[in-house]
Formats: sequence, C-alpha cells, structure tokens
Amino acid sequence: MALSQQRERELTELCRRFRIDVLTAIHTAQSGHPGGSLSVCEILTLLYQQRMNIDAARPEDPDRDRLVLSKGHAAPMLYRNLIEKGFLPKDSMNTLRQTDSLLQGHPTNHTPGVEMPAGPLGLGLAAAQGMAMGLKLNGSPARVYAILGDGEQDEGSVWEAADSAPKYKLDNLCAVTDYNKVQLDGTTDEIMPLRDIEAKWRAFGWNVIRCDGHDLKALDAAFDQAESVKGVPTMIIADTVKGKGVSFMEGKAAWHGKAIDDDSFAIAMKELGGEA
Amino acid sequence: MAKAIREVYGTVLAELGETNKDIVVLDADLSGSTKTKIFGQAHPERFFNMGIAESDMVSTAAGLAAVGKIPFVNTFTVFLTTLGLIAARGQVCYGNLNVKFGGAYCGMSDALDGASHHALEDISAMRALPNMRVIVPSDAESTRWATKWAAENYGPVYLRLSRDVYPDLYAEGTKFELGRGAVVRDGTDVTVIACGLMVHKAMEAAESMAQKGVSVRVVDMYSIKPLDRELILKCADETGAIVTAEEHNIYGGLGSAVSEVLAYAGAGAPTEFVGIHDTFTGSGKYAQLLAKYGVDAAGVQAGIEKVLARKK
Repeated sequence: MALSQQRERELTELCRRFRIDVLTAIHTAQSGHPGGSLSVCEILTLLYQQRMNIDAARPEDPDRDRLVLSKGHAAPMLYRNLIEKGFLPKDSMNTLRQTDSLLQGHPTNHTPGVEMPAGPLGLGLAAAQGMAMGLKLNGSPARVYAILGDGEQDEGSVWEAADSAPKYKLDNLCAVTDYNKVQLDGTTDEIMPLRDIEAKWRAFGWNVIRCDGHDLKALDAAFDQAESVKGVPTMIIADTVKGKGVSFMEGKAAWHGKAIDDDSFAIAMKELGGEA
Repeated sequence: MAKAIREVYGTVLAELGETNKDIVVLDADLSGSTKTKIFGQAHPERFFNMGIAESDMVSTAAGLAAVGKIPFVNTFTVFLTTLGLIAARGQVCYGNLNVKFGGAYCGMSDALDGASHHALEDISAMRALPNMRVIVPSDAESTRWATKWAAENYGPVYLRLSRDVYPDLYAEGTKFELGRGAVVRDGTDVTVIACGLMVHKAMEAAESMAQKGVSVRVVDMYSIKPLDRELILKCADETGAIVTAEEHNIYGGLGSAVSEVLAYAGAGAPTEFVGIHDTFTGSGKYAQLLAKYGVDAAGVQAGIEKVLARKK
C-alpha cells in the first residue's frame, strides 16, 4: 500500500526529530558519526516506523522482520528508531557511548532490538543472508534487511555475500546501500571508486533498484518492488547526502566521525528547529 | 579401531543431523576433505557450500544462529581461523551466537601441502576470543563426544580436528567433561600435558622413559578452554615438573595456557614446551615433519629429560 500524504508528513517530522536527537547525543558524547547517521535517516526510519513487522512486546517473535545495520557506525540513528519503537528507554539516547550504556559506540545484539553486532565493516550482508537462509528453512514469512554503506563496499567480504545470496534465491533479503558517496578519508571517488555500482550488483545476480534515499515515497515504492520480486535478493541503491539536513555537514568527509563543537551544534539545531 | 578424525567428525555430524533438525552445516568448497560431505549427502537441504569464501561462511553462520539454527562451519583449520576470524570475533563471539567451528586439518596434518596449509596459531587465536570454548580431541571417541557436546551446548565452540588417523585412546562410552583433562597414564616423576596427536606421542615417550626408570604421567588436555586448572596444579604438586606438548606454535597455545595457570598459582614447577618453535614449517611426509620440528615421541622425550635435569 502506497504511503499516504498524511503518513509521509508524520514520518518526515519523525526524521527531523530523530536528526535533532542523534546530533544531540553525538554532541553530548563528544564522539560518534554524524555524517552517516544523517544520510541513513529516512531509510532506517521508514523501515522501523512504517514497514517492519516488529513489536517490542514480542522481541523474540520468530517471525519478526530483521535488520542488520552493517554500517554499524550509524548506530545512533538505529538507537533512536529503537527508542521510538519502545525497545529502549526514552531517556537512554544521551547515554550514547558512555560506560555501561545500552547504547554502545557500535551496535551489539546485547542491546534490545539489535539483531547482530556490527562495527567491522563488510560483514553485515552475509549475516543478513544467514538469517534469510534460516528463516526460509523455518518457513517464516519474515523479511531481512541489510543496510550497507558505500565505503564499506571496499571490503571483499561484501562481494562474497553478493555472490552467495543469489545462489540461495533469497528473495526475503533486501539490502540497501546508503549511497552518500563519501567515506572517512574523502569521497568514494577519491579513496576507492565504486564505478558503476548498479551494474556491479546486477552482474552478481541481484534485483537492483535505484532511488532517492531521502524521498520516503520513492523508498517505500522501492521496498514494495523488492517484496514483489521472487527468486532473487534485492539491492536498493539509495542516493543520499552525507550529513543530510545540516548545511555545513552535507557532503563533507570531515563530518564522517567527528565530535560536534558547541558552535556547530548551535547552528545545526537552528537549521533543524531543535534546541541547542 | 583407529579412524581418521575428520571421518569420525563428518559421520557423527550426519548422525546428529538425523535427530536435531536445527543443525546446519556450511563448508567452503572443501567438503570432500573436511568430510562434511557425509552430512551434505544425508541432509542436502541443511548443507550449504559457500564456495571459497571463509568470511562469508562464518558471517552467514552468525545469521543462521541468530534465527535459531545450530551452524557448523568447516574448512581447513588455517583458513577457518584466519580468514574466518573477523566474523568469529566481531559477530559470533561478540554476539555469543551458537556457531560451531570445525577446523579440519590442524597442525601439520595437511603435511604435503606445506606451511601455507599448516595451522599452528589457531589455538592461540581462538582461545583469545571471549565466549569461545576450545576442544582438541585426541581419538575417535573423544571426537564423537566433542562434536556431540558442541551440538548440544549453546555458544561458540572451536573443534580442532585432524586430517590424520589417531590411534584409539578411549573405550566406547568414556565420560568426558568440558573443563576437565584426563590422566591417560599415571606417573610420579614428571607430567606431560598434551593435546591431540601429541597425547599419543607423549604415551610413546612415557613408555621409553619407563624403561629408563622414569615414571611419566600423561594428561590429555582435550579441553583447552575452559582449562582444568585443578588438574594442572595437582600434577605440578605431585610430579614437580611439567612438559607441555602440542602440534602448535609454543606461543599462545596449550603450553601458554598451562603456564598461565602455573604462574598465577606460583606453582614454580619447571616447565618445558614441546611444540613448533615460532617458525614456518614445510612440505613433507607427516611423520618426517613431526620429527623435523621436534613434535614426535623423541621430541617429547627430550623435553622430559630437559625438565628432569631442571627439577629440584
């Protein structure tokens, strides 16, 4: 079912609030990854708040949908979504990266709602693949999502999974590339060009969809299409902007993983309509 | 009857798969060698050949475990514990997921293929991972137990398996226990604490030493993690000298693990380390390699003689 205008407005507002809360948490921690958390905002928010079959009251439901955040450094945006779904306490956001916090710097499955540890890049797609294989064996209708970065695709292990998922006809697996075109040291073109990323995934046998990763309707349609395709996994190449929503962070490698100083934080909050 | 350890493992796995439908087996294009092919033929729907992609295999297993399966991942020991290590650490052990690692060709058992295929650092790598249990079977019966134990107990387990045929050591139905070692020959002058193939080499050495009037105790330390601290300290106390024997680099393996226990307790028993002395090995016939690198009965005997000379 297509996203209604009303629901799209609600989700857009949630995204705005999530961006504020994520930057606030990273500012409070004086550590974290703002750029990639902001670029993946619509992707994670649409999945968690609209599409995925998950319920904090039944966290062990064998038929729940799963999401593996392979680009684990975007953890703050994952946590904010899990808070909204009731998996984590409302006031936990500003404990990010603190000693004994549920909100570790990178995700672990010891945190309620998190399905798989992440941090070392390039491993999440294969783990999602294993889930999809197991769910098929179990006869479960659940879907599995894997959220990858683009820089992450420098890792050879990504392409091992790219090779194996079509072999097992994992149409219950949908991967998304948060294609913000910037990695830690610079742009992906400077550091390790991805060349024709769509053609690469297609050559590996995937159903490939390209869309605007900040357009909720376009993303929603892409996920619909992914669900309708049988016999192959889907890779959604979602064009995004690193640091989306904060003018001075947009497209800047410098904001990949950097503490936010007070002045920058104040400007960011002003732009997003939050409180500094 | 003596059997190839890999053959026993593959057969037991297939048997376990009959009753436990959650068991799934993954291999990296070596199932004919690791013998998981036996499982694959019996249960094709639960057998996944992942190709020559060890990292993919272990991560996939992490995902399978996360949805309730009991995956066994298999390839040559050296590839499993190097190329598979990042996923073993970052996903399986950090996530405490129910994945079992079958390292098929430990030590120099893939003798002719040479140093690239010898696994002499694996115990060191695997025992350093929190949540991981490390078991080194020494014969067919202990392999049966270890495989079954891994299937029936939650959490990551590393089974250090061999390509080789080991003589039988234990009677059918012998009781094993994780965290325990077994005294397989009693003695009073010195204890050899060994694992895997080296238990047999230690038994031979003990027999030779008996003819010289030296009473050697031999311990099969099949459970390397958790380790039988009590037994180690008892042996140090009762025999006053320790020799460790492993087909592994002397750094980080069984010898190191035993030393940690002795040092912590301040036991003070002189210790000799029989193993590969921090070198890359080479191709050759297995027996010749074992002799060349001092991990045979003569090597254990030399270790015993050295430690006895140091014993106060």
